[in-house]
Amino acid sequence: MKRLFAPPYVVWLTIFVVLPLLLIGYYSITAIDAAGNTYFTLRHFRLFFEGTEPGQPFFSRLYVNVAIRSLRLALLTTVITFVLGYPVAYIMAGKGFSDKSVLLFLFIAPMWMNFLVRTYAWLAILSRHGILNTFLTWLGLPILDILFRDAAVLLGMVYNFLPFMVLPIYTALKKMDPKVIEAAQDLGANSPNVFFRVVFPLSMPGVISGITMVFMPAAATFIIPNLLGGGQYFLLGNLVEQQFLRVGNWNFGSAIAVIMIMMMLVSTVFLSRFNKEEVREGGARI
Amino acid sequence: MIGKKLYLGLIIFFLYAPIIVLMVFSFNYSRSQAYWAGFSLRWYRELFTDDQIIRAIRNTLLIAVFSTLAATAIGSAAAVGISKLGRRYKAVVMSITQLPVMMPDIVTGISLRLLFIFAIRIIGAGNLGFGTLLLSHITFNVPYVILSVTPKLRQMDGNLYEAALDLGSSPFGAFVKVILPEVWPGVVTGALLAFTLSIDDFMVSFFTTGSGVENLSITIFSMARRGINPRINALSTIIFVVIMLLLFLVHKRDQHLARKNAD
Repeated sequence: MKRLFAPPYVVWLTIFVVLPLLLIGYYSITAIDAAGNTYFTLRHFRLFFEGTEPGQPFFSRLYVNVAIRSLRLALLTTVITFVLGYPVAYIMAGKGFSDKSVLLFLFIAPMWMNFLVRTYAWLAILSRHGILNTFLTWLGLPILDILFRDAAVLLGMVYNFLPFMVLPIYTALKKMDPKVIEAAQDLGANSPNVFFRVVFPLSMPGVISGITMVFMPAAATFIIPNLLGGGQYFLLGNLVEQQFLRVGNWNFGSAIAVIMIMMMLVSTVFLSRFNKEEVREGGARI
Repeated sequence: MIGKKLYLGLIIFFLYAPIIVLMVFSFNYSRSQAYWAGFSLRWYRELFTDDQIIRAIRNTLLIAVFSTLAATAIGSAAAVGISKLGRRYKAVVMSITQLPVMMPDIVTGISLRLLFIFAIRIIGAGNLGFGTLLLSHITFNVPYVILSVTPKLRQMDGNLYEAALDLGSSPFGAFVKVILPEVWPGVVTGALLAFTLSIDDFMVSFFTTGSGVENLSITIFSMARRGINPRINALSTIIFVVIMLLLFLVHKRDQHLARKNAD
């Protein structure tokens, strides 16, 4: 009986996970010629890297630049959420707070409100005549005009991804045996030494997990930059959406998707080298 | 200690600032989210007469409920099936299972879009809409159920199932009466996760829906271009308060049970 459960699931996996990916792969390496025949080609990948169709003299790095912009934004988001989030997780896991479940709850609760609505609320706070500027004027300070600029986009990204960095680090720190720290102290380690040579290395699985949950989803998103960047932000996600829903060039769109999958694989392999423990967690669903 | 509390307080303020703004201005008479024009329940009243929003709420809830039920059933059965596979097959099946979790949502979204369009062409009928939306939500929910149930299965004593069979239970009876109760906490966790993910999803839904079928996230996204209607803020406030109340009641009940057990 139990044995009978596996085959139907394998069929399900084949249809809904493997086949769709094969379709992306197929579209990314084929094209249709004038006579309507399908042929194999790598021109979609060339188009991505050269920014122009083969045979044409013009060479631009249009699409590569889009990729670089996406990766840079994702990297900045990851670094800032890490710098802000690690101390939060560390303080939460520390001795000072007896009722940790309440604190943990405070970090999870905002995620129950639709993230588009929450991101959109930042518009009201940051806009020229918004709450922040009303407050600054009241204090007699100059106003901040950051909406639709890099700072606003970055703020929105950090806002949405911060909990995904804090929670896995908190879990890793919480799992740690406090006796290990006491042992290090007994053996004469000072506070920075205890932290950098004992606590931080032991929290590495959480850090890696946090980075995985923030970096790739951040590199692939386009909604937060769309809302807070005033439509001036063109990222990899925008490019895929444009090719599939507006231009209708599924081949080029699929090639970009293949490149995104490659980026995910490379970053996963790279990160797993820092981590002895198996960490497999999903990214932020944004 | 004061420094630590201050830092945590600031971060928590940062997380809640937009939520507070949104809730306060859902009671504002004017459309503005910056000027206070007086208290009013106007947006709450208008919310229930807005067809687009009501339809979106209905779609979101229907898809969340059905995709959770289906994904929980498929995922739990699959977890049991996978646990019985040989080492090699198990590793392969688990890796493929985790793909939708690891991949960026946008890739899952377009890959399913290609699949559905491909299938529609072969069948020669149907179109993107409620059905494809439901199928794609089941697809991205199944791995989360499997990942929640598998650890519980591993903790379970494998001999229990064999014992039930030896004592004359049918295989199905043994599954329902022995395995299911043992892994139930994992099933519930998986179902809750699936429900939450389904309610909140934008990216996959955006690429797999069609014919004007929208869930809440898509409605909000399409509204955002014209400026979000305060009715959405009213709705978000209601949802947030209801969830908080539910969690508070569950917490109270747990405390009550814990005290009872202690007596």
